[in-house]
Formats: sequence, C-alpha cells, structure tokens
Amino acid sequence: MASLDRVKVLVLGDSGVGKSSLVHLLCQNQVLGNPSWTVGCSVDVRVHDYKEGTPEEKTYYIELWDVGGTVGSGSSVKSTRAVFYNSVNGIILVHDLTNKKSSQNLYRWSLEALNKDSSPTGVIVTNGDYDREQFADNQIPLLVIGTKLDQIPENKRSDVLTRTAFLAEDFNAEEINLDCTTPRYLAAGSSNAVKLSRFFDKVIEKRYFTRDGSQMPGFSERKRYGAGNSKSLHYD
Amino acid sequence: MSFLVDSVIMFTSQVLFFGFGWLFFMRRLFKDYEVRQYIVQVVFSVTFAFSCTMFELIIFEILGVLSSTSRYFHWKVNLYVILLVLIFVVPFYIGYFVVSNIRLLQRQRLLFACVVWFTFMYFFWKLGDPFPILSPKHGILSIEQLISRVGVIGVTLMALLSGFGAVNCPYTYMSYFLRNVTDSDILALERRLLQTMDMIVSKKKRIAMTRRMMYQRGDDQNKQTGFWGMIKSVTSSPPGSENLSLIQQEVDALEELSRQLFLETVDLHATKERIEYSKTFQGKYFNFLGYFFSIYCVWKIFMATINIVFDRVGKTDPVTRGIEITVNYLGIQFDVKFWSQHISFILVGIIIVTSIRGLLITLTKFFYAISSSKSSNVIVLVLAQIMGMYFVSSVLLMRMSMPLEYRTIVTEVLGELQFSFYHRWFDVIFLVSALSSILFLYLAHKQAPEKHMTL
Repeated sequence: MASLDRVKVLVLGDSGVGKSSLVHLLCQNQVLGNPSWTVGCSVDVRVHDYKEGTPEEKTYYIELWDVGGTVGSGSSVKSTRAVFYNSVNGIILVHDLTNKKSSQNLYRWSLEALNKDSSPTGVIVTNGDYDREQFADNQIPLLVIGTKLDQIPENKRSDVLTRTAFLAEDFNAEEINLDCTTPRYLAAGSSNAVKLSRFFDKVIEKRYFTRDGSQMPGFSERKRYGAGNSKSLHYD
Repeated sequence: MSFLVDSVIMFTSQVLFFGFGWLFFMRRLFKDYEVRQYIVQVVFSVTFAFSCTMFELIIFEILGVLSSTSRYFHWKVNLYVILLVLIFVVPFYIGYFVVSNIRLLQRQRLLFACVVWFTFMYFFWKLGDPFPILSPKHGILSIEQLISRVGVIGVTLMALLSGFGAVNCPYTYMSYFLRNVTDSDILALERRLLQTMDMIVSKKKRIAMTRRMMYQRGDDQNKQTGFWGMIKSVTSSPPGSENLSLIQQEVDALEELSRQLFLETVDLHATKERIEYSKTFQGKYFNFLGYFFSIYCVWKIFMATINIVFDRVGKTDPVTRGIEITVNYLGIQFDVKFWSQHISFILVGIIIVTSIRGLLITLTKFFYAISSSKSSNVIVLVLAQIMGMYFVSSVLLMRMSMPLEYRTIVTEVLGELQFSFYHRWFDVIFLVSALSSILFLYLAHKQAPEKHMTL
C-alpha cells in the first residue's frame, strides 16, 4: 500500500500565518491544538483520490512540505531552505488576511521557490523583481490560501476579499479564504473543498499525465526506502 | 527673546529625532508586520526622541551653543519627561498589551494593566534598597530617587552588553576562530537531512493509509448500533492502532532529528559564508580590527579588575589626561582650552554615535529573533524601555569622560548622586559579563567541531 504514486507540494508563507495549522487540517482533518514554531521543514501526507467518482479514480499520496521561516532571512537560512525546493509539483501560498505585509511577501516567496526549482521548464528569473510574465509562463500549479478569516470584521470583509482576488489573479491561481480553527470551511462538498480537490487534481495531472493523456511512469517501483537524494535529482 | 529662539531650536531638533525614530520603527523593526496600534509607534519614537535630545544637550554644553540658562531649563524638562515616559507610560502599556494577549483577562484590560503597573512600581522601588545610591538628605518623592534606580538598571544593561560585545567583537571579526568547512561537508549534511525527511514521509504515508483504512472499516463497524454494538466497540480495538502509536513515536523522534540537522546545516552555510567573506578585502580589514579589539578588550578587563581590587575611581577624564601628557612629557605647547573643547566634542560625539548605532542594531537583531505577530507590540515596548534606560545611564557614565567644566551641568541636573558607585557597579558587571562570555564562547566553540567529527 505504500507504493502509491506521490506528488510534492510546498506550503510557503510568512512566519505565523498558519501554515502548520492548515497542513494539519488538510492531512488529519482535525484542528491543530497547540501550534508552535516550525523549525526547518515539517512534512505531512494527505491521501487524495484523483478524479474521485469517475472510472479513472486513482489514489495518490500528496506530500505537503511546510517550510518555516521568514522571507527576509539571512542567506545561510535561504541556502538551507533551498534543499527542500527540489522537484516540486505544486505550491500553496499562504498569507494572513489580517496582515497585508504577509500577502506582499508572497511574491518574494514564490520567486524564491521557483528560482531554485530545477524543473525542465526552466523558469528564468533575472533580478528578483516581480514580473507577471514569469507567472504566466510557470508550469507549476499555484494555490493562494488566506487564513484567519474569522478575525476580519464583517464590514471590512469585502475590501479584503477584493484585494486577495487581485493577488490570486497575479499568480494565475485559485484562491481559498478560511479559518484554520474551524473544519467547516473545508467540509466535503463546499466550494473550498472543490477548489482544493481541483488543485490537487491539476498537480497530479501536470506530474503524471502528459498532454496527450498517456500516463507517465510513476516512481513507485524505483523508489527504495532510505535511498539518498542528491541535489540534482530530477524526476524523469 | 533668546530663550524663545533656543526653545524653537530644541523643539525642531526633537521633531527631527521623533521622525527618525518613526522611520526606523516602520522601515526596520516592523518590516514584516502591520502596525495596528499606532500608540506603540508613538511611544517608541517619543522615547527615542527624548533620549537623543539629552545627547544633543551634552554636545551643546561642550560647544557652548545656546545660553546656559535655557540649556539648564531644557535639561530639566527633558529629564522629567523621560522619567515620566520610562516609569509611567511604557510599563503601563507593556502591562496593557500583555494583558490584551491573554484571552481570559480581555474584559478587564485596564484594571489588570494597572495591577501590573503597581507590581512593577513596587519592585522598582525595592530595587533601591540594597544599593548605597542615595544620601539621606533626599526626601522620598524627589527626582533623585527615580533617577538613581533607573541608573542602576541602565548601568547594569550597559555593562552586560558592553562585556559581551567586547568579547564577541574580536571573536566574530577574527578569522582565526573560523572552523574549516568544505562544500562536501555541507552536501553530506544536506543529504542526511533529505534522507531523514524521506523517512519521515514514508512513515507518515503508512500512518495516513492505516488511518484511512481504519476509517473506512470503522464506517462498516459503526453501522452496528445498539447495546451489543457498544459493548463490541469497547472490547475490541482495531488492530492497527497500537502500531500507529509506535510509528508516531518514531516519527516524532525523526522530526526532532530533522530539526537538529536543519539548524546544523544553517550553521555550516553561515560559517562557509564567513570564510568567503574573510578572503575579501573588507574581511581582511575586519580581521585586523579584530586583533586590535582583542587587545583593547583584554586591557579593559585588566583595568576593571584593577579598579575593583584597588578600590579606585578614575579622577581625571581621558581628554585632560591626554593633554597633560602631551604638554608635560612631550613638551608640545598649545592652547589647552581651545583644544580640550574640540577634542572632548569629538570624543563624546563618537561615543554617542557608536552607542546609539550599536544599541539600535542589537535591538533590531533581538527583535527579529524573538518576535512573533502576537507579541511584537510587547517586545517593541520592552525594547523602548531598555533603550531609554540605556541612554539615561550613558549620560550618567559619560560624565567621567568629560573635562570638569562640562561635568557641572550633568551633576547639577541629575542631582547629588553617588557617581562613583555607578562606575564601580559598571566595572563589576562588565567584568562578570566579559568573563562569562569568554566561558560561554569557549564552550560553544569547543562543542561545535566535535559535532561535525561524528559525520
């Protein structure tokens, strides 16, 4: 049963936006009771049914890599973090709806992750400035999630939601706004759950299915427990 | 008339300092946070502005700018305001924001903030008892009571930072202490880190899959409702659950290991960058400075020990002593009064600028290291408190570095404090701090190579 195919999704965002709570909610379907600082990277796994309800339904493992830290860290922390950015199949960008700066920092986060990615499409970035064309060219599916929705008072909500809609458009991505302390936002059948499912399906498609619909070989036969991964490992 | 002009000048400079503090807060400290409570920013900038004004008044004293009565007046006003801020305003707001963070006490915020403030005042007052800082002729409500206590706290802080800085500065500047780190070391450690992450991932996959199967089976089992269903579910536990807790324990251990490996890798990257930096021209310059500072540090420790052992307090300041030596021993004649003024201005100016800059840099580093989105307000206010007390005490201690004619204003304004006590106290804490920093750095340095030898 451990030989299901897998995809790797990064969860990025500023310190304190709620990435660990989000990952816990997505993987364990429970609210995280005592969130604490993430040092380094924490991984969790979600079992996802691709194309659920259709004859082509297949189960995949989705690894959610929650990379901790701030985007303005020293270069030694950034170089160490880059180790986790290899062979990424999807990126979830998390920002705090009550803190505008965390949304602005998402541009820098995505550039940091896409810079280091050694995917065949080769996203070329020259000077680190935000350039919309890079994101149009980008092959890796992105998803923008805004947290702490419950802390926004009702009268400010529409402004905040317009702002985040622009943000998601910039990334050419879908967006979900929720509160990680109540599971009802991701209840089965809600529009958020549908968006999430669509995102994961898109990630799996990009990874395993080429454009003409034929399936690319998975890694399950070749992967051995504890095999070393060097930095230049590609999925080919 | 001249008083009015002087006041306008002082006020303009205060506004300038306030603006600088505001910008520093916005651009540097609160770079990644949104300022929601503007009162925090205002309080921080006000503390910064009034502290800088004190330094400005010392400079004016030396240069003879503004008339001496207006200078005295502004000194007094500034001192009262700063004490008011440091003792009443900042602690109260610290208490208020700490209380706001605790959910239980949200309703009665003001009340609990006042309670916290009264506890602070109690301990603040008690602080004065073990120290011989006052002569008995002062009343209970005089300004000297407050200044003396603020001075004790501030001098302790200064000496701690000074002691640690004096030892840490040569340690970081000199490349002698840099451990040798090669690219292959870093790659090996990164490989270990990724291997650990892979192991964590595969264990988590097993947990997720087992959970999913249990959930699906549990659905079928739960369809048995009624009395017998309940009994059955109590006695028979699903077979996978003991396995799960075992795997979960392994995962926890592996996660702890991955955290350690991550921190070690960051450390190695940082060391490698420092090695590369030390090969550049700037790096070599800092290396040379490091040797110079290490000699200075050893000399300072030596002088502090001598001061304590022989119970002496320096009587003359370095400027006058330097001039004496030049005039008497080297036989160079020059206009003592003129030069002493200029040299003390330069010396005091350098001391002020380096201490402000040094403190702001240290505070910023500290803030980045420990703040989070919830506690940022409290931490900034604590830093403002430290900054205010630090600057007040540096004025107190700076008295020793100035020639006699400029010392009088400081003595007059601050009142009849036992200045020699503060210098002695500074020496003691400096010595303690420097020696313990040496011990701490020695242990840290020793421990690190052993860690990497096991790779």
